[in-house]
Amino acid sequence: MATETDHTNPAVDGSELIRFDQVTKRFGDNVVLDNLDFSVSSGKHVTLIGPSGSGKTTILRLLMTLLKPDEGTIKVDGDYLTHEDKGGKLVPAGEKHTREVRKKIGMVFQQFNLFPNMRVLRNITEAPVHVLGLDKDEAEVRARELLDLVGLGDKCDAYPTQLSGGQQQRVAIARALAMRPQVMLLDEVTSALDPELVAGVLDVLRDIAHTTDITMLCVTHEMNFARDISDDVLMFDSGRVIESGPPEKIFTEPEHERTREFLSAVL
Amino acid sequence: MNWNWDVAKDFLPDLLDGLVITLEATALGSVLAFALGLVWAMAFRSPSRFVRWPVSAVVEFIRNTPLLVQLFFFFYVLPTWDIKFSALTTGVIALGLHYSTYTAEVYRAGIDGVPVGQWEAATALSLSRGRTWLAVILPQAIRRVVPALGNYVIAMLKDSPMLALIGVVDMLQTARAEGSSSFNYIEPFTMVGIAFIVIAYPASLLMRALERRLGH
Repeated sequence: MATETDHTNPAVDGSELIRFDQVTKRFGDNVVLDNLDFSVSSGKHVTLIGPSGSGKTTILRLLMTLLKPDEGTIKVDGDYLTHEDKGGKLVPAGEKHTREVRKKIGMVFQQFNLFPNMRVLRNITEAPVHVLGLDKDEAEVRARELLDLVGLGDKCDAYPTQLSGGQQQRVAIARALAMRPQVMLLDEVTSALDPELVAGVLDVLRDIAHTTDITMLCVTHEMNFARDISDDVLMFDSGRVIESGPPEKIFTEPEHERTREFLSAVL
Repeated sequence: MNWNWDVAKDFLPDLLDGLVITLEATALGSVLAFALGLVWAMAFRSPSRFVRWPVSAVVEFIRNTPLLVQLFFFFYVLPTWDIKFSALTTGVIALGLHYSTYTAEVYRAGIDGVPVGQWEAATALSLSRGRTWLAVILPQAIRRVVPALGNYVIAMLKDSPMLALIGVVDMLQTARAEGSSSFNYIEPFTMVGIAFIVIAYPASLLMRALERRLGH
């Protein structure tokens, strides 16, 4: 796969790529994240598990700047995401700064969110051409490679609505990869799929997890998948991380009572 | 009632001249209404309230005052400020501006109808605001509202005879001229009415068909 060799990730040495510092997020009176601290090292695959409403998806959406934290700071690859350091003072970041930091992050959504007005190929080349400034031909060559990678090399000229949900999600994965992100956020990427289409999508993600050094942050209910790809699993409850560790530990001998309850309910 | 075919035949060339002007006014007015309406609709979505509020106020003002008042304002008042246009240009501006306040609402509905996931995907890909509008949002929003826009073109066509009141020689004006010179009224006005039906009815059928095709 081309992105593997192309993917020069300067921080693959395991240094800290993402850091949440005292992050609080509220929706009205509902505290979704409560003074959350956590970090993800470069190249790691981290899965967030926990009951719905525990704040897992909110973390991904904060990282993608689809939401703003009420308190606290988020750093990506050493840069503040929603703040700027101006003369030693932290001020809310301008659109330009945020966009630069955000370029390091890619996201795959539960509902795919492909652009229905564009063919598959252009869905993938749109951002590389207009954001990264890639030459159109070069972007198309790379897009075709990525489509081959996700097993859809023959669907370049299709419109998203002509594809199954599983195929659309694989295109969405290719689209996110085309931006050569350092971090991929996977937000319940199989939840909207018919059961028989789930495996194809997870296989693609496993392949990416095992053959690239892209950092992955994953919210999923597919516990087998989480066990396969994760270096670390974080168990969330009520906006806090109540337990974390390698999957072997979390899934087989969780320490926390809430984790045990949750796992027995979903496994 | 005595219909005189000779009068009708004599009037036909004038009617066709007027028809060209009517269609011209409608077409140019539509282009203006489509373009300005889009500007208003995007301004409604501006992150800055210093853009949103004034634009909303102006749009509400224009929509809630009669087209004829605006037409007369442009025709009689602007020249006193040394802004001079031909009658047709003045008419096109008034029509286009007035209808832009309606097309703005149509666009707004279309834009609101684009799922929020599309904005989020554009953000996730770091597309600029301009690119998000141009490549992602507007193509989807406009597709949905083509029939509604078309219906306003038909409405504009039917409002275009107002331009006769500022001296534009459209179909209605040719009929008035024919009447006042020959005292034949039945044939010219009937023919003008028929001409409107012949254009507007198939057009509205077309829009209904489009609506069905684009509908879900």
